[in-house]
Amino acid sequence: MSNPYAKLPVWVDYGLIPLINLLVAFLVAGLVVLLVGENPLNAAYYMITGAFGRGEYLGFTLYYATTFIFTGLSVAVAFHAGLFNIGSEGQAYIGGIGVALACLWLDRVLPWYGVLPLAMIGAAFFGALWAFLPGWLQAKRGSHIVITTIMFNFIAASLMVYLLTRVLKPMGSMAPQTRTFDAGGQLPKLDWLMGLFGLNIGNAPFNISFLLALAAAFGCWVLIWRTRFGFEMRTMGHSPSAARYAGISESRITIIVMMISGALAGLMALNPIMGEQARMQLDFVQGAGFVGIAVALMGRSHPAGIIPAAILFGMLYQGGAEIAFEMPAISRDMIVIIQGLVILFAGALENMFRPAIGRFFAGLTARAPAARQAKGA
Amino acid sequence: MDFFLSLVAILESTIRLSVPLLFAALAGLFTERAGVFDIGLEGKMLGAAFAAGAVAAVTGSVWLGLAAGILVSVALSLVHGYAAITQRGSQIVSGVAINFIVAGATVILGEAWFRQGGRTPALSGSARFQTIDLPFADALRGVPIIGPIYSELLSGHFLLTYLAFAMVPLTWWVLYRTRFGLRLRAVGENPGAVDTAGISVVWMRYRAVICCGILTGFAGAYLSLAMTAGFVKGMTAGKGYIALAALIFAKWRPVNVMFACLLFGFLDALSIRLQGNPLPLIGQVPVQFMQALPYLLTVILLAGFIGKAIPPKAGGVPYVKER
Repeated sequence: MSNPYAKLPVWVDYGLIPLINLLVAFLVAGLVVLLVGENPLNAAYYMITGAFGRGEYLGFTLYYATTFIFTGLSVAVAFHAGLFNIGSEGQAYIGGIGVALACLWLDRVLPWYGVLPLAMIGAAFFGALWAFLPGWLQAKRGSHIVITTIMFNFIAASLMVYLLTRVLKPMGSMAPQTRTFDAGGQLPKLDWLMGLFGLNIGNAPFNISFLLALAAAFGCWVLIWRTRFGFEMRTMGHSPSAARYAGISESRITIIVMMISGALAGLMALNPIMGEQARMQLDFVQGAGFVGIAVALMGRSHPAGIIPAAILFGMLYQGGAEIAFEMPAISRDMIVIIQGLVILFAGALENMFRPAIGRFFAGLTARAPAARQAKGA
Repeated sequence: MDFFLSLVAILESTIRLSVPLLFAALAGLFTERAGVFDIGLEGKMLGAAFAAGAVAAVTGSVWLGLAAGILVSVALSLVHGYAAITQRGSQIVSGVAINFIVAGATVILGEAWFRQGGRTPALSGSARFQTIDLPFADALRGVPIIGPIYSELLSGHFLLTYLAFAMVPLTWWVLYRTRFGLRLRAVGENPGAVDTAGISVVWMRYRAVICCGILTGFAGAYLSLAMTAGFVKGMTAGKGYIALAALIFAKWRPVNVMFACLLFGFLDALSIRLQGNPLPLIGQVPVQFMQALPYLLTVILLAGFIGKAIPPKAGGVPYVKER
């Protein structure tokens, strides 16, 4: 593939350009705040103090970030193989079944560290299952993965409403949710980790799945850049024809990558179900799968980028609640706008500023030798 | 007779429910046939519905509302076009972005301007589309069979409903019988050839995207000015995606699009009707199953189990002119 853009220094490519794109996204979001009649600088102040001002706030920020690390990784792994998995939302939702079944079955028998491995396997299994079908359909039947995963999101939503209102709901209860789990179905909070920094976690549901998310991020880095399979999937993402020529089985990669992606999305369910609510509720994913798209694009599909991007979105979620409290005109839907703008500027328009920046750097390098010559003379 | 009347009632609501799908699917037909994939139908429809509802509420004129809806939806289309055509960004990413921006912005702006929990004020009188009775609808009402079909099923719809169904042959004619349509389809199959013939691929695709914006504008305006009296937050509720499914189900052909939209509209009407009523032979069908059926059918179709849906060849690929 020919690259129509000039080559730029690495730090510009991976640092400056994403930063400028992000900045533009936030500037446009600021315009929306202005349009609503509030001061964007005040909003930014409320957001940052609301997200980091106290140990409890930081706990909430990191709680949300945990979720977004999982979904961001899920989208990113698929990106590397050239697949766009919009279905993380549905895969996470279905993954919840695995967590809920493990908890409902064993929460009264085993302690949390006995239930957790089973819940993880269950979450990953159900998430992978929901991603396997679109992957298989793409690989074997040629149906477009974007469309199938969108359809699967809706099918998952209907299925979960059915399951939660008819199957998993305890007898005699009206609310569409499972029963509340006992101690075995509740993950311990990371208050000791926050305590190390002298912070008080308060009521924040910041829990051990954060460490799992970090481990998953490291695992993804190893998988993508340090294994043979990772090499094969990146080859396919870069150039499917080259991969075919090298004897890499496209359908095998597609199916496995989608299953890994789905498993990562499914693991996200641990955080809200076992970490916060101690039960599975209707719509517990709350759009986190879609946030994963923004996180993956912003983090340039690299775990080292995804973690800060996830924390940024965690900040938006937690700080956004604070803005909504201080400025009634701005509800949490502001986050959805920002999410969309980040996807637009860091994703679809990622090359908008590249020609100008390229010209700027070309000008610099052209001038530098000339200046040196002038000094020498 | 009782069965017949309830069938007419279901078919009547089928028509009502399939109109937004039809507009949106035809809109998608224009862009996708020109090689620009559009996941953003949902967002454009929602944006148009909000703009139409808001402007009609403020000015009291349904026509200004409609114009505002179309304007907003065309503007959003142009954003998609700029990202997908000029900047050669990912068309899918851009569509997803538009859906989110609109989903958030309609709530924030609606709440800030009207303070009714994301709704626009209820419309009445000249701020809303009124149903049109076809001639002799009242006179024929008493006639058996034909009476209910004519006066209930065909008469008494909104102007936009008739327009939606008129758009089907019109779209067919534009795509298959005009020079514009030939070039539009060519741009979606083999843009290189079109470029060689001295026609601007970029301008062609932009025009397709604008057509899409106009039609999603109608779809949105229908939702907030005709079907409901005002905008309600998130009122498209996945209709954009169902329209996308219908478009694929119809294999990107105008007349098939109409039948696919009617089918999905029928499933919707049926699921509303069947709530709590068991079906003969099958028994109680969960509502959720009926709601998931359009998506399931599309997945099955895409998998090639019912014929094969082949998308336009150059769809989703940005065009880079050779130098």
